[in-house]
Amino acid sequence: MTTAGETRRRTPPSLAGKRDRWSWLVIPATVFLAAFFLVPLVAMVIRSVTDPVDAGISNYERFFSQEAYARVLVNTFWIAVLSTAACLAIGYPFAYLMSIVPGRWSGLLLIAVLLPFWSSLLVRTFAWQVLLRDTGVINRFLLDLGLIDEPLTLIRTTGGVIVGMSHILLPFMVLPIYAVMRRIDPEFGRAAANLGASPFAAFIRVFVPLSLPGVLAGCLLVFVLALGFYITPALLGGLGDQMISQLIVQQIQQRLDWGFGTAMSVVLVGITLAILFISSRAIRLQDVFGSAVED
Amino acid sequence: MSDSWRQPRRILMVGLGALTVFYLLAPTLVIVPMSFTEARILSFPPEGFTLDWYERMVTDRQWSTGLANSFQVALLTAILATVLGTLAALGLTRGRFLGRTAVNALVLSPLIVPVVVIAIGMFGLFVQWRIAGSLVGLVVAHTALALPFVVVAVATSLRTMDRNLELAAANLGADPRRSFQHITFPIILPGVLTGAIFSFITSWDEVVIAIFMTSARFRTLPVEMWEQVRQAVDPTVAAVSTTLLVVTTVLLVLLLVVRRQAPAQ
Repeated sequence: MTTAGETRRRTPPSLAGKRDRWSWLVIPATVFLAAFFLVPLVAMVIRSVTDPVDAGISNYERFFSQEAYARVLVNTFWIAVLSTAACLAIGYPFAYLMSIVPGRWSGLLLIAVLLPFWSSLLVRTFAWQVLLRDTGVINRFLLDLGLIDEPLTLIRTTGGVIVGMSHILLPFMVLPIYAVMRRIDPEFGRAAANLGASPFAAFIRVFVPLSLPGVLAGCLLVFVLALGFYITPALLGGLGDQMISQLIVQQIQQRLDWGFGTAMSVVLVGITLAILFISSRAIRLQDVFGSAVED
Repeated sequence: MSDSWRQPRRILMVGLGALTVFYLLAPTLVIVPMSFTEARILSFPPEGFTLDWYERMVTDRQWSTGLANSFQVALLTAILATVLGTLAALGLTRGRFLGRTAVNALVLSPLIVPVVVIAIGMFGLFVQWRIAGSLVGLVVAHTALALPFVVVAVATSLRTMDRNLELAAANLGADPRRSFQHITFPIILPGVLTGAIFSFITSWDEVVIAIFMTSARFRTLPVEMWEQVRQAVDPTVAAVSTTLLVVTTVLLVLLLVVRRQAPAQ
């Protein structure tokens, strides 16, 4: 419909005729992902209703009818919500700082965000384990200072999981917010000041609303990623902090219950996709996921 | 006067920023000095200085084969993902075809699906295909995971390049292949290299899929580390962690250099 007209305007005339050749280039990656990514996921969905042979929806019934599993699901959401809140609380002021400092400084701050972003999740979780243990760095430090007499229980707690997860997820909050803040025109602030707004009022009533798309994108990204966490809750959480990914791995690796494990995987993907679908009306998902790579 | 929201309480902001940078970097860096300790257990502050744990890492058979396997898998992943991803980015940004949105979604979807789910889906089928627990299976899995990064990086450089340069080349008599070889490719090369580095790092650090896709005979460094971390830990794990961090950091610095030089051409 409109595409023909649009492309004619965008593409220089002499290149227009060769346009179709480019299209073929998507075939290798498409075939690759279809075969090795999509087919396994479809096979997983099929397995969740055919293992054992006449399973039907029994695996799903089992998951939704037992309280122990419901608790894991609620727990997963709860940890994801708390991690998102922690990331927002730390990430928003930091993104703001990045957007107001001179270019060279914002570059350095960006590196401080990107370095941990790209470094090993396992190593960072291990580092938190070393810090939070009863004999760990933090407890040693507090004991040596005489602030405490007995080591605090920091590891194998919900708090431990939140600290570790928000540390790992923080860059996913900062990057989308910074991307939006960077584009806010400072003139709006001057206009607000000229109209008599105090700096605080200008910040709250002009800057914050303009930054909301970034906040939304960051929260969405962090929340969705948090739902699927496995390594961090496994190493830092206690028995009561089990998340759905841990339950899935347990069923597959230890119980060899593929039917139930795959059914829970389908539930996890279903929830993730539903959240993304609902929010895709408010934000462009490509912006959310692209922001990590573009800068 | 000047922008009103840019005059915050400076000290407060600087303090908050410094604190956040500390929070971002310090917890991870705590591992590094611990890898040089002379004590037999992980301790902070470390006692003395020794490279014993690094020696152990490269001489112990399990650790050293893990290290070699990790390099191999990451390198092959980087090559495969960069080729597939660069082609896909060219097709997606320049082609106009039915189902473009669907292909675009497919290419980005490995970023969205939880990695545990990807691991289980692939493992279930790769066992039947007899490529689970092998180099091939892991490289294939990591390539799927790394593809989105390459596509986004290359697509960005394609979208921001000035296509008039290609037009000029065509007017000067260059055929499409020559124009691509001498104009387009050199311009998007930094994007391609960015994608290659990101895919190497993705594979190098990846552990969840690797837990499923490796076997006792074929393990990567993160999987070996995962097995150790859950038991008693000696400082070799800190040496391994430091090695993982150093490789990633060196690659990221390389990336910065590549990007710095890009606009100079």
